[in-house]
Amino acid sequence: MRFSRAAVLLGVLFAAETGWGQTFRYASTGDLLTLDPHSADEALSNSFKNNVYEGLVRFNEKLEPEPALAVSWKAVNPTTWRFQLRKGVTFHDGTPFTADDVVFSYGRQRSKNSVMASHLSSIKSVRKIDDNTIEYLTDGPDPILLRNLTEHFIMSKKWSEQHATTEPVAGLSEETYATRHENGTGPFQVVERVPDTRTVLVPFNKWWDLSNKQYAITRAEFRPIANAATRLAALVSGEVDLAYPVAPQDVARVESQKGFRIIKRPELRVVFLGMDQWRDESLDMPGSKKNPFRDVRVRRAVYQAIDEEAIRAKVMRGMAAPTGLIIPEGTEGYDPKLRERYPYDPGASRKLLAEAGYPDGFPVTLDCPNDRYINDEAICQSLVPMLARVGVKVTLNAQTKSKHFDKILKKSNNNTSFFLLGFSPETADAMATLLPVMTMKLEGSGAWNGGRYTNPRVEELVTRIRVEMDPEKRRKLISEALRIHREDFGHLPLHEQLVIWGARDAVEVVPDPRDRVQLRFVKMRQ
Amino acid sequence: MLVVGLLAFAVSTKLGDPVNNMLGQSATSEEREAMRRELGLDRPFVVQYGRYLGRVTRGQLGVSYRLGIPVGELLAERLPASVELSGVAMLLTLLFGVPMGIYTALRRGSVVSKVILGGSLAGLSVPTFLIGLLLIFLFAVQLQWLPSSGRGQVVSVGPWTTGLLTASGLRSLLLPSITLALYSLALLLRLVRGELLDVLQSDHVRFARARGLPERSIHFRHGLRNALLPVITVAALQLGSLLAFSVVTETVFQWPGMGLLFLQAVQFVDVPVISSYLLLAAVAFVLINLVVDLSYRVLDPRVRSTLGGT
Repeated sequence: MRFSRAAVLLGVLFAAETGWGQTFRYASTGDLLTLDPHSADEALSNSFKNNVYEGLVRFNEKLEPEPALAVSWKAVNPTTWRFQLRKGVTFHDGTPFTADDVVFSYGRQRSKNSVMASHLSSIKSVRKIDDNTIEYLTDGPDPILLRNLTEHFIMSKKWSEQHATTEPVAGLSEETYATRHENGTGPFQVVERVPDTRTVLVPFNKWWDLSNKQYAITRAEFRPIANAATRLAALVSGEVDLAYPVAPQDVARVESQKGFRIIKRPELRVVFLGMDQWRDESLDMPGSKKNPFRDVRVRRAVYQAIDEEAIRAKVMRGMAAPTGLIIPEGTEGYDPKLRERYPYDPGASRKLLAEAGYPDGFPVTLDCPNDRYINDEAICQSLVPMLARVGVKVTLNAQTKSKHFDKILKKSNNNTSFFLLGFSPETADAMATLLPVMTMKLEGSGAWNGGRYTNPRVEELVTRIRVEMDPEKRRKLISEALRIHREDFGHLPLHEQLVIWGARDAVEVVPDPRDRVQLRFVKMRQ
Repeated sequence: MLVVGLLAFAVSTKLGDPVNNMLGQSATSEEREAMRRELGLDRPFVVQYGRYLGRVTRGQLGVSYRLGIPVGELLAERLPASVELSGVAMLLTLLFGVPMGIYTALRRGSVVSKVILGGSLAGLSVPTFLIGLLLIFLFAVQLQWLPSSGRGQVVSVGPWTTGLLTASGLRSLLLPSITLALYSLALLLRLVRGELLDVLQSDHVRFARARGLPERSIHFRHGLRNALLPVITVAALQLGSLLAFSVVTETVFQWPGMGLLFLQAVQFVDVPVISSYLLLAAVAFVLINLVVDLSYRVLDPRVRSTLGGT
């Protein structure tokens, strides 16, 4: 990628030294993988998409859907939704936005090579009514359609055809124009991009929502800095205005620095333990014909042997919110009444194990990632002595996330007895956890259910939650499913980890519970 | 090369499942399977390897799973950064390593020699990432003289991008190249010293001394020339190491070279990038060794004469 002339003239060095008031420079662990909104479904890429591209619907700061490229919508019948499109919207290249672009983008996001297709799986087809009206036909009543549409990114049909990028790339095919170029309708446009080095954006001066803009920056520069210590150094030396995430052990360092502060809030993600509940014989007890985790008393015993308060205070250094619920606060369907944890009680634990026929405990391997969640390996290490106290002999198997997920997911036949996972319902609706984590038998279910937890009543409830359009009734159903799962000890929730950002005092930003820096919410004081 | 190819491929397929990194968490198990079929990852190892060989021999390195960019292009983009970093590090190594080695050999007892030798022990034993972080802490955070990471502003010269022509590029280069150079500098310094000491005790030097030749001429004409042969071998091999294994330094300084690319590829299980990088590293080593062997002919008359005799 070549540099724009302006960028060469100005120079990053100059920028760093004179500290322009309105340029917002921020850094995170890695680079966005591509500018193509349909060809990466990964944390950093996802966090970037909304700066440049938009959907018909977008999330406000509380993760509630609000109009974006559509101004209004209504259900014509339970499976047909009519959207009135916003008039006067233009793409960054000046092309006006019309219904054709929506129809085209639906096809592109559903195409074979798209990795974002699952967000549209309930939509059977899209129909243009006129230039400013479209209809989505769903395969059944879909209460979370709007939430999924926040991840449906609209590209220009004309631009994509002009540049032969009517399909995203994946794997073996050739590179496509949209990998390194963008043409969205969003609040910012990319003026320079050097992969793994920097991406520079400026506000789009024809953005439809300019009159209500909440940002106050004239330029943004994103830099990937993989090493946590280097990233911290870049922050406290004033080379960037915001760096995220900050490790819990570095929080004090940032707070002690004059002119810097820590911004934090619970993340929309629960870290929990899963257990093999489907094999007749545990992988760790060959020849025994026994699988302790099939007994709810054993699952409860393990739960109550875990001192989550100690994990919060020592391992997480206070940067976690302990919870007894598998979905995080802020999720549609979240029920605060179910949050309380069962008490830490090793005595009760030993009694339960004895009742279940394991007075001397049992051996088990704990699969754990070491580079995915905050202090993930340290959490698992702290579990070893806790469980040893009640007789459960844990062998820790901590490895990189690619190997960890490979082992515990379906492809390897869920080759695990006991594992750690952190799961985020990204659409901020309980369904995003219920289906992949807590069911096995439904269409599209079980992708993240490494222990194959299943309960016929929960499966039935989820079938109903899927199509229930009345929000109140739906919340009740979700609550019931969560309660059953809790009493089943289907998984053992530990905590919501925190979103931890380090920033200069001049930066004002509302932290997004999905750990995303969204430029349209960033303000910089001079 | 075939063996390296097999190894590179075998290693990269044992790192885990790239599909889970490519598809987000909302994808169903069926969608994951479909992607796996699409990439041919459901095939037996032998079939996958055969296809991979076929592609490589046709010059196709594939497209990065992670970035969706052809691997050849990716490597070409990152090559300049790595070459400049290791080139400058090599330059530092030679510029400081050889003179320091000579000095410590000739002035064995002096305080300066002792300080240099002590420092070289640290250079050999302190891990690179620690040195890098210490330098960042001192020069970027405390003194704020130099940038903590990145490559600064670069200029395109044809397909090559260089940071050697701008002030910010040069300043950005300073800390990582010193970090990378320290180990090889210390190694070379001690090697030069050891070889020179050896040679200075040998018969022909004693003979030269007996002939009453000036010390200067003895040291440099008779001593150093003979000491250089193993030094050149090691220096050349070090260049290979600097080029291929700057992974740690590049990661600490977010240096956009091939090492950083490789590390990220490993984390993502980006098979095409990993295997191509390893192949490239192997080729580089073979080439360097070839050049070293050929240079013996020029430098050492004995090699020439034996070759000529056969």
